[in-house]
Amino acid sequence: MKKILYILQKEFIQVFRNKTMLPLIFGMPILQLLVLVNAATLEMKSIDMYVVDKDLSSLSHKLINKFEGSPFYHVSGVSFSIDEANEAIEKNQADFIMHIPYGFERSLMRENSTQVQLLIDGINGTAASLINAYSSSVINSFNRNIIVDLTKMPQIKELNPIAVETSYWYNPELNYKIYMLPGILVILVTVISMFLAAMNIVREKEIGTIEQLNVTPIKKFEFIIGKLVPFLIIALFEMAFGLLIGKLLFDVPMVGSLGLLFGFTVVYLLVVLGIGLFISTISSTQQQVMFISFFFMLVFILMSGIFTPTESMPLWAQKVNIINPFYYFMRVIRMILLKGSGFWDISREFFSLLIYAIIILSLAVWRHRKVA
Amino acid sequence: MLKHTENIIEVKNLVKKFGNFVANDNLSFEVKKGEIFGFLGANGAGKTTSIKILSGLSFPTSGDVMVAGFDVYKEREKVKKNIGYMSQKFSLYEDLTVRENIRFYGGIYGLSGKYIKEKTESLIERLKMKDIQDSLIKSLPLGWKQKIAFSVAIFHNPKIVFLDEPTGGVDPITRRDFWEMIYEASDSGITVFVTTHYMDEAEYCDRVSIMDQGRIEGLDTPAELKKQFHAKNMDEVFLKIAR
Amino acid sequence: MNRFIGFVKKEFHHIFRDSQTMLILFGMPIAQILIFGYIVSNEINDVKIGIYDKSQDHITHEITNKITASGFFILHENLNSEKEIEKAFKRGIIREVIVFEPNFAEKLERDGTAGIQIIADASDVNTANIVSNYTKAIINSYVKNELFTQGLPFEIIPEVRMLYNDELKGVYMFVPGTMALILMLVSAMMTSISIAREKELGTMEILLVSPLKPLPIVIGKVIPYMALSFVNAIVIIALSYFVFEMPIQGSLIFLLAETLLFIFMALSLGILISTVSNNQMVAMFISMFALLLPTILLSGFIFPIENMPKILQWISSIMPARYFIVIVKNIMIKGSGIGVIWKETLILVGMTIFFLGMSIKKFKVRLE
Repeated sequence: MKKILYILQKEFIQVFRNKTMLPLIFGMPILQLLVLVNAATLEMKSIDMYVVDKDLSSLSHKLINKFEGSPFYHVSGVSFSIDEANEAIEKNQADFIMHIPYGFERSLMRENSTQVQLLIDGINGTAASLINAYSSSVINSFNRNIIVDLTKMPQIKELNPIAVETSYWYNPELNYKIYMLPGILVILVTVISMFLAAMNIVREKEIGTIEQLNVTPIKKFEFIIGKLVPFLIIALFEMAFGLLIGKLLFDVPMVGSLGLLFGFTVVYLLVVLGIGLFISTISSTQQQVMFISFFFMLVFILMSGIFTPTESMPLWAQKVNIINPFYYFMRVIRMILLKGSGFWDISREFFSLLIYAIIILSLAVWRHRKVA
Repeated sequence: MLKHTENIIEVKNLVKKFGNFVANDNLSFEVKKGEIFGFLGANGAGKTTSIKILSGLSFPTSGDVMVAGFDVYKEREKVKKNIGYMSQKFSLYEDLTVRENIRFYGGIYGLSGKYIKEKTESLIERLKMKDIQDSLIKSLPLGWKQKIAFSVAIFHNPKIVFLDEPTGGVDPITRRDFWEMIYEASDSGITVFVTTHYMDEAEYCDRVSIMDQGRIEGLDTPAELKKQFHAKNMDEVFLKIAR
Repeated sequence: MNRFIGFVKKEFHHIFRDSQTMLILFGMPIAQILIFGYIVSNEINDVKIGIYDKSQDHITHEITNKITASGFFILHENLNSEKEIEKAFKRGIIREVIVFEPNFAEKLERDGTAGIQIIADASDVNTANIVSNYTKAIINSYVKNELFTQGLPFEIIPEVRMLYNDELKGVYMFVPGTMALILMLVSAMMTSISIAREKELGTMEILLVSPLKPLPIVIGKVIPYMALSFVNAIVIIALSYFVFEMPIQGSLIFLLAETLLFIFMALSLGILISTVSNNQMVAMFISMFALLLPTILLSGFIFPIENMPKILQWISSIMPARYFIVIVKNIMIKGSGIGVIWKETLILVGMTIFFLGMSIKKFKVRLE
């Protein structure tokens, strides 16, 4: 066991001596956290609308005012020509066009119903459906006011026989930041620890020092543990640091037990580092390691449920997620931090990862060759 | 040179193939305990291949190889306890200091902390490394690096040390210094197995084997070899063998 | 010249010999496109929900049936108290609980109104949002179809048309982003790493003392990655066209020309990174943190730029991918020509020149 301590000592000296890597390992993730958490939002804060008002009636003015009064909307252009409006969409100067046709007010008065056209740039499907939902609800509420005005009767109730009230638990203001921070933290911690571990052994292969280690009587498991523990410790630090930032700067709630979270993190990191070490035992150059880890990381992150529901994925994809470590942690970190889930709530994920860790680490030890 | 009687390395019919290429073609030889055994040959003659097999870094295709009384096939880890190895590819950590490298390798061999400390002190003393003991390896000249690599290779007092082209790329004076260290190690009872393509170094060995295209073409003391091939020096011997 | 061609051949050989790497270089864009096309989407189905029905009458049952028959939701459990809701959420299986108030049908009849509470687990904001919107839509349509058949007086009907993408397919969004990402990856990251590798292994010195001049060496190293990137771009375009039926409204030639421009830009960025990093690990970390994550997150690939805080909007304006994504979208989907996207094109040209200039400067300093 003492041999392992010597490896640990050496790895730490090397990490802390590397003046280029050190800021990258500790500084970059923090910067990333600050930037990305703010960037990753699907909340619509500003929607550029282009208005084509061919009616020029008091009703159409009121409708436009209603939109202008909302903090979400910004009128980026006004014109009589639908072609000009379309051009604005093509040039990405507007997100949607509100086209109020000639006779808008008249037909509401005479025919009891009228139409307004919303032409939405559909390239970004998510944004488009949000714009649709927001704008329709603005028009709806405008409609309701009009009805009250015209009929002079407050019959709002009847217009709305089933009152639906929505409450959002654990994040009532739907704050994207406290939702994204845990997810991004998971990615950062994983990326760093996995790459460091995976690159480490293969780097020793490339510069030739591995040969000198291989002629020593060191046991394979001692070697793997010696390579694993330093990165485990670094990753835990990274995690703690990230959580601290979350708490101080983003006010992320931490409802559950931090002890449980770190306990789970350790098991998770064993899996991640195990994968990293396994990759490095089967590769001979750092380039290969990067390619392989990069490929799996990208696939795994996208499928992890960081911002899309995993249960809506096709069944086979859900099966693939069984070997996706991100998938487990993405769930669990949010469960513990935001909902305060306890050990029994996350026990399935915990034991799955534990088994996973045992398998992948055994594979890494088994695949590690002391002989060329 | 009759003091060497006991065999510490025994190789019988060793063959190593890489695909169709035969790197070691039916080698058989013994190395006696305590001797300095030279393994000569041009680049690509198969020296590194056999040294890797002997030190347990590579499996032979066929043949029997015993090192320090252990079979390199079945008891590789026991072999490793008893040998030291210095490769031609550089094997110290460039981003660690002299001391750190010594401590690390000492630790890996399971030596006690106290022993490592004491021995490091005496080593630094002996090699006059006081000034550079805390310098990073990458800041040192090649000659120093080789001396330190050698000291690290024999730090755990192995029975045998394998040196694969230890003096490549340095000037004759540094090479001479290096050989002084080899003699010292040999005097302390360590068997030295050294490959080289410098023929003058062959003269320093107790016995020499000369390899060409994967085969051993001559094996004896330098004096006997010169007699056998009617040559003035080892250079001539070598040229006659390699033609 | 012969010597140069020999060198380029060697570089090609070097990359193509490594079948593992090749597999991944070509597998990556394909896998990514397929994942975005088939797996990752904001659409929901089979989301598990709970129902807390305090009324248990024919109307609440009808609404429950409508919700579970929609295909979006699966009724996972019936709950009987607030406590149970909390517990269920903590287990993390259900995403939403629908609560019907007591005497629902009776109230509806008597007072003309009754209440439903949707409680969504907003620890996953995005899904909570979608799920609750879907639920509301189902309830609304129930109201419209079953309770309120004659329509409103004075109704303003919004007629919505989605331009360019009437089915709101995700593919329109992710193809340009994936292209930017893959090209960045292959061109910038791979180049920087492969040059850093030569430095780390000391082979760069050997090349530099060879009779080849530094510039041809760098060009020679870069050409294979350029070819790879270009092939990758074509694979992505072909996949999106044939498998996901994404249109190419504009000129294909123009699209490929812009793609080449972006590749040039990425390569020069890669060279610049390699001049400041002396080993592969550093090159990789710089590429990863300075290029990849920002390319995914700050370029408008997934998250719209205009929703970000002002500072990030400024930062995103130095992300080359941002402009390329606009260019690809405009050419492929909107069929624009240079008249519309000349600004973005010009920015990319400027960036290329800047990165190249910087690297030449750095390179010279190192040699002297």
